[in-house]
Amino acid sequence: MNSNKAENAMRIGAPFAVGLALLLVWQTLCTAYAVPSYLFPKPSDISDSFGREWHTLFAALGTTLKITLSGFAAACVIGILIAVIFVQSKVIELAFFPYAVLLQVTPIAAVSPLIVILVKNTTGALIVVSTIVALFPIISNTTLGLRSVDPGLLNLFRARRASRLQILLRLRVPSALPYIFAGLRISIGLALIGAVVGEFVAGTGGRGSGLAYQILQAGFQLDIPLMFAALALISVAGIAMFTVMLVLTRLALSHWHESELEARR
Amino acid sequence: MTPAPLTFDEPEAKAAARLQPAPVIEVLSAEKVFADGTRALQPVDLTLRAGDFMTLIGPSGCGKSTLLGMMSNLLQPSEGRLSWWRGGPEKIGAKGRQIGIVFQDPTLMPWATVESNVRLLFDLDRVPASESMPRVRDALARVGLSKFAKHYPRQLSGGMRMRVAIARALATDPDVLLMDEPFGALDEFTRHKLDADILDMWQERSLTAVFVTHSIYEAVFLSTRIVVMAASPGRIIHEIIVDEPFPRDESFRVSTRFANLCADVLNALSLAQKPNHGAS
Ligand SMILES: Nc1ncnc2c1ncn2[C@@H]1O[C@H](COP(=O)(O)OP(=O)(O)OP(=O)(O)O)[C@@H](O)[C@H]1O
Ligand SMILES: [Mg+2]
Repeated sequence: MNSNKAENAMRIGAPFAVGLALLLVWQTLCTAYAVPSYLFPKPSDISDSFGREWHTLFAALGTTLKITLSGFAAACVIGILIAVIFVQSKVIELAFFPYAVLLQVTPIAAVSPLIVILVKNTTGALIVVSTIVALFPIISNTTLGLRSVDPGLLNLFRARRASRLQILLRLRVPSALPYIFAGLRISIGLALIGAVVGEFVAGTGGRGSGLAYQILQAGFQLDIPLMFAALALISVAGIAMFTVMLVLTRLALSHWHESELEARR
Repeated sequence: MTPAPLTFDEPEAKAAARLQPAPVIEVLSAEKVFADGTRALQPVDLTLRAGDFMTLIGPSGCGKSTLLGMMSNLLQPSEGRLSWWRGGPEKIGAKGRQIGIVFQDPTLMPWATVESNVRLLFDLDRVPASESMPRVRDALARVGLSKFAKHYPRQLSGGMRMRVAIARALATDPDVLLMDEPFGALDEFTRHKLDADILDMWQERSLTAVFVTHSIYEAVFLSTRIVVMAASPGRIIHEIIVDEPFPRDESFRVSTRFANLCADVLNALSLAQKPNHGAS
């Protein structure tokens, strides 16, 4: 129990210490060489800028998060549905899987202008972009998971004349959970990337704009510290969402799956 | 093909046939060729009768699992047919007769507790928990795992997991229990104990059992009939009747009769190694 606590402390403490050390080195070097803040700002410049602009930045973060989470939720629902349809028959999977791959390999920056034109509402367009980017890992992982069923258990279900729905809900979905969660962890980061990249391309403006717009604006005004502050917010948001997914995974799987047993030893 | 060399005279054999218990599963010239062309079983004739404890023994790849799969209706024969209680496969199932299956691996759901694993077959038949739980608890008590009802499979030892699988098969109160090398992965000592348990349950519930094993000692200790099989192509070459009364205990294991029976099985098995002996 004690060593467990120590390990947890390490898990948070060690990366935190590294971050702190890096910030210190950064601050010292910039001060020592008197690097102007419009070229490369010191951490203190960034935090000053954040202190001044936090109101705008948080509003922008809210917009970006809203788009990210909507895109992610849509990708979850659509991706899992598609995977469930895929495992119903090999023919369907063979016919449609290449198109799922197409989604994955097409550079999103290249298609977003088209989406922005097709979907009139800007927020809607950004959600679509975010969904498309986040979709593939969910489809491929869930399909793999739903197929990775213990053949012995499948035999047992069949011997008992279990219905397709019973096999899906009682056997395929639980077996697939570790795979699904692995897909979701990748996808949530991609959804954020989609939301930001989409906004760069769509070039929304004024009220209700997201963090990408703040970065663009800061760039035009050569307010480099503000740009860094917005960037830092995006990173922190990404890490926070990833962490939430890790916790959810552990809650769902810790009592039985090997991947989570390691962490609890 | 005759399953056993007949040693008695014709009239006596007929009289014996009239006294035999009713057939439970009949394998009628069933053969199995897999989709990839593998000839797993030549046409096999075999009658499992009520109260039998039948052991299938033979070299790896001789079609024991295939035969068991056909008997549990998980595999369809390519030629010939099987009958269950003198009827078709409709005789088995939720409302009909029950066939309990224990695979070589425990095949438990890792995400479900021991209790939920044992309850699985009831859940699939949509039996309400109020009805199934007492039977689940009985089955767990029978295999000595009552204290582990809320545990997950990963928290159990290999032998305990196998007992959960047996409890799952027993919970539905099957008429026939089909077991495919259930204790193959266990140490000799644990295996002896579980063998004794299986025999107790078989007697207590007047079960009919088919048991696949690689162990000659296990076959002789458990069986009323030992069916010896040979490989390439898979076929039945011999049958040995073990005419030893029950209950059997450890003293049987060290008796001369036991040693002689083991020698008989060993002889039959060494014939099985010779390719195409007895092929028709
Ligand atoms: N699904 C399958 N497709 C093709 N060939 C198969 C299949 N299942 C089994 N076989 C083949 O059928 C033969 C009999 O297999 P089976 O599993 O019945 O043997 P077994 O007697 O149970 O062997 P073991 O003692 O090793 O478990 C083997 O040659 C095997 O390769
Ligand atoms: Mg086998």
